[in-house]
Amino acid sequence: MSTSYQLKRADFIFKNENDWEEVLSKSISRPAHELINELISSELKGRGGAGFPTGLKWKVSAEDTSDVKYVICNADEGEPGTFKDREILSMVPFKVLTAIAICGYVTGAKEGYIYLRGEYHFLKPELNKAIKEFEYYCKEIKFDFSIKIFMGSGAYICGEETALFESMEGKRGEPRNKPPYPTTFGYMGKPTVINNVETLAHTYTIFKYGSKRFYDLGVQYSRGSKLFSVSGDTPKPGIYELELGMSLADFVEEFGDDDTKAVQVGGASGFLVPRKRFAETNIGFQGKLVGISLPTGGSMMLFNSSRSMFNVLDNYLNFFAEESCGQCTPCRVGCQQLLRGIKAVKRGEKNAQYLDKMLQLAETMQYTAKCGLGQSVANSFSSIVENFREEMIY
Amino acid sequence: MGKKLKITINGEAVEIVKGTSILEAARQAGIIIPTLCYHKDLCVSGNCRVCVVELAGQKRLSPACATPCEEGMEVLTNSYKVRNSRKHIIELLLSEHNAECTSCYKNGNCELQSLASEYKIMNQDFIHLVPFHNYTIDMFSPSIIKDDSKCIRCQRCVRTCAELQGVNALTMAYKGEHAKITTFFEKAMNDVVCTNCGQCINHCPTGALVEKNYIEEVWTAIADKNKHVVIQTAPAVRVGLGEEMGLDPGTRVTGKMVASLKRLGFDAVMDTDFTADLTIMEEGTELLTRLKQALVDKDPNVKLPMATSCSPGWIKFIEHMYPEYLGHLSTCKSPQQMFGALVKTYYAKARNLDPDKIVSVSVMPCTAKKFEAARPEMHDSGYRDVDYVLTTRELAIMIKQAGIDFMRLEDAHFDRLMGESTGAAVIFGSTGGVMEAALRTAYELVTGREVPFENLNITAVRGIEGIREASIKIENPLKEWSFLEGVQLKCAVAHGLVNAKSVMDSIVSGAADYHFIEFMACPGGCLGGGGQPIPTNPEIRAKRAAAIYAEDSGMPLRKSHENPEVAKIYKDFLFSPLGEKSHKLLHTKYTARKRR
Repeated sequence: MSTSYQLKRADFIFKNENDWEEVLSKSISRPAHELINELISSELKGRGGAGFPTGLKWKVSAEDTSDVKYVICNADEGEPGTFKDREILSMVPFKVLTAIAICGYVTGAKEGYIYLRGEYHFLKPELNKAIKEFEYYCKEIKFDFSIKIFMGSGAYICGEETALFESMEGKRGEPRNKPPYPTTFGYMGKPTVINNVETLAHTYTIFKYGSKRFYDLGVQYSRGSKLFSVSGDTPKPGIYELELGMSLADFVEEFGDDDTKAVQVGGASGFLVPRKRFAETNIGFQGKLVGISLPTGGSMMLFNSSRSMFNVLDNYLNFFAEESCGQCTPCRVGCQQLLRGIKAVKRGEKNAQYLDKMLQLAETMQYTAKCGLGQSVANSFSSIVENFREEMIY
Repeated sequence: MGKKLKITINGEAVEIVKGTSILEAARQAGIIIPTLCYHKDLCVSGNCRVCVVELAGQKRLSPACATPCEEGMEVLTNSYKVRNSRKHIIELLLSEHNAECTSCYKNGNCELQSLASEYKIMNQDFIHLVPFHNYTIDMFSPSIIKDDSKCIRCQRCVRTCAELQGVNALTMAYKGEHAKITTFFEKAMNDVVCTNCGQCINHCPTGALVEKNYIEEVWTAIADKNKHVVIQTAPAVRVGLGEEMGLDPGTRVTGKMVASLKRLGFDAVMDTDFTADLTIMEEGTELLTRLKQALVDKDPNVKLPMATSCSPGWIKFIEHMYPEYLGHLSTCKSPQQMFGALVKTYYAKARNLDPDKIVSVSVMPCTAKKFEAARPEMHDSGYRDVDYVLTTRELAIMIKQAGIDFMRLEDAHFDRLMGESTGAAVIFGSTGGVMEAALRTAYELVTGREVPFENLNITAVRGIEGIREASIKIENPLKEWSFLEGVQLKCAVAHGLVNAKSVMDSIVSGAADYHFIEFMACPGGCLGGGGQPIPTNPEIRAKRAAAIYAEDSGMPLRKSHENPEVAKIYKDFLFSPLGEKSHKLLHTKYTARKRR
């Protein structure tokens, strides 16, 4: 932890040079496979948090022979502590629209959708205005592509890609079984590329500057920059674009309030890292890096010593018990058990060993839940209970 | 045959066809993987997670029901991790389930109970969640009781109601801890589009959905010395009851059923088959009358195609969904209700009984019959025509309670007057049966000759396809039916309300040009009814159907109009089909209902 260390700031996403028309027309004059290769060699991974290689996703969908395909921009930004997509859509909407259209060109889709979080309804008028202007330009250059906004209704689970499709199809937002995967069987059963808002914004950067410029940022396995939504006990909350691969210690050095007790990386479904592990924790995708690598959708919540980790966990579990779709057993019942279980331990109705039973349950949830929601509850639960066990009991 | 794949399950090599799920592959290899939300009648949901298995190289477990096999897959169905996880999941389900097993109607026939027993869940550490929810029991329906505290959200009922029946009375609502299976605006089951078909009961793995039972009421009636208790038995009961007695599906137990009913103390045991034959006489005549009105009188108001009206689930369905098409329904009551109306008139008179002292009970493969018997118009005898309706399952419970060793019973015969039956009546219990019975009689009535099919078996209307079509050309009819010369009588058969819906839609669009359609609410017809033994699945229903047709071909009389008791009732009491008395006692009206 050196005090002289500077986090590597980047400034791509929000730099607005108003050149989207040029980027679009240039990109769609290149062969599709060239664009896919550009993405693959950039090593861009999905910025929603799961980290699937974006180029591969586009490639699989492009290779499908279906005559109807879709591109969907996932703007159902619901993870507690993340607020970057909202900013992208209000500051640089044309970058996202351009990226959606380029993806359409690459895969052969003629329709794009933005699945907009219900609570972001206020963004809709401006976004629609941008879409109108964008489509006008597409018509001008004789590029057949349309984009529509689909409003979400406030369910967290609809950010899960297959639940999102169900929601768009007018059904109850419940995750599907996988396989089949969206790239072959997505919205309306057609091949669908679904990308996070930020991922699409990064593809814009890559198509504009070439993959090298992006690849040169970050570290091995975690290339490029990423937006971070910084909140909690910090003197400077906000959105920051940083290169991936930084150590959490450096991050806390920059954003902490000199009393940081723990950082929640990746929102409620992410991990809580206690102070003693700041130095060995890197922010990036799993790989052969030294120490622990934590992927993130960009939510960084800092907690100082005034915070009760019991309350933090209680808050998360309330959220999950409420936002589980209720379909699969481990998630629907498991979340209620964990929530009621920590309260029972706190009140002394269950003994401290019950925490161990719940840790095992959390592991089962991780192995058996149908989708990412139920699988990831164990992340925050286990990391908090294991690191702050005494706060759970006393 | 598709491409073959090689996988291993628990180390053993298995070869299966591409597209097979792990669950199915394991079953083929003789390895059982427990399931709860999976049902052969329904689409795969993969939500209970009881069937999770371990795949080599994967940290997460996969649901066997929803995961297709891939070449080289190494599957473990009983690893340490799998067993632990499965046990956890059963514990979780039990923690949200009101496990009052000893006072539960499904005690002894509950899939969750079996799993708990198999996995020996002895120490239930998890917090019991039922008290945190404000559960209610919906007892308003005359047919179905819905107890949310016993629901494990497997959604089998929801999928049944949507996929098999196209009714969508039950649906999933809310999310997370509040997720529940409910109805439109959480109304009571008797206040929504529910057809009372009971398929949700047949597919529920726990006691969350059960029939409203009338066992105690019937015991009380039997015990009352002042009452004369009469029971009628529907055709499909005799091919289902054996399953409840531990016999293989498809075992016929007609004689033993009658013997056990006599031992239970019923004063008369008679057969719904009798009124099934009577239905054919009435309905066949009605069809021919409508054809005459259409072809000879050119009456523009005559409603064709004519639809059967035996299935009360179907009746409520069309009343809700296609109320403007009620004129297409035959006005004939169902055999159960014809029987009820006759028991307290014809039978009472013949036996010199006070109809007020007769308790009329029926045993049906059906829960919708409970609703039908309670319809306000079903009082044509001057009394409630059918007092209590038991399902096949309820009868089995009574037989067991009475301590009857079912297998050692000597076969017995139905009592006279309304106990005679023909093969045509027996096949009412299967999809296509009413159609076949009607054709056997109508064709002969019109031409004076038997239907031109080997052994009277009209195989075109038999089978399991959801919708089947057949047509018979009428040649050389008798003089009074000469207007039918050369007419192709076009018929269709639909079972499962989702299929009924598609036939109705083709009528609405004008695409269908049938004359006569048989509709049955349940998959397979009555033999797959909502009151039949649980479990149900396509194989079991096929076996019951085979038993029905075997019963038919073994009967000396195979045509409704040959039933001597039917001839007698027309001679002594009714005088003629569609006559005045028939009209009063055997025919009915329908009620238009709303879709919500």
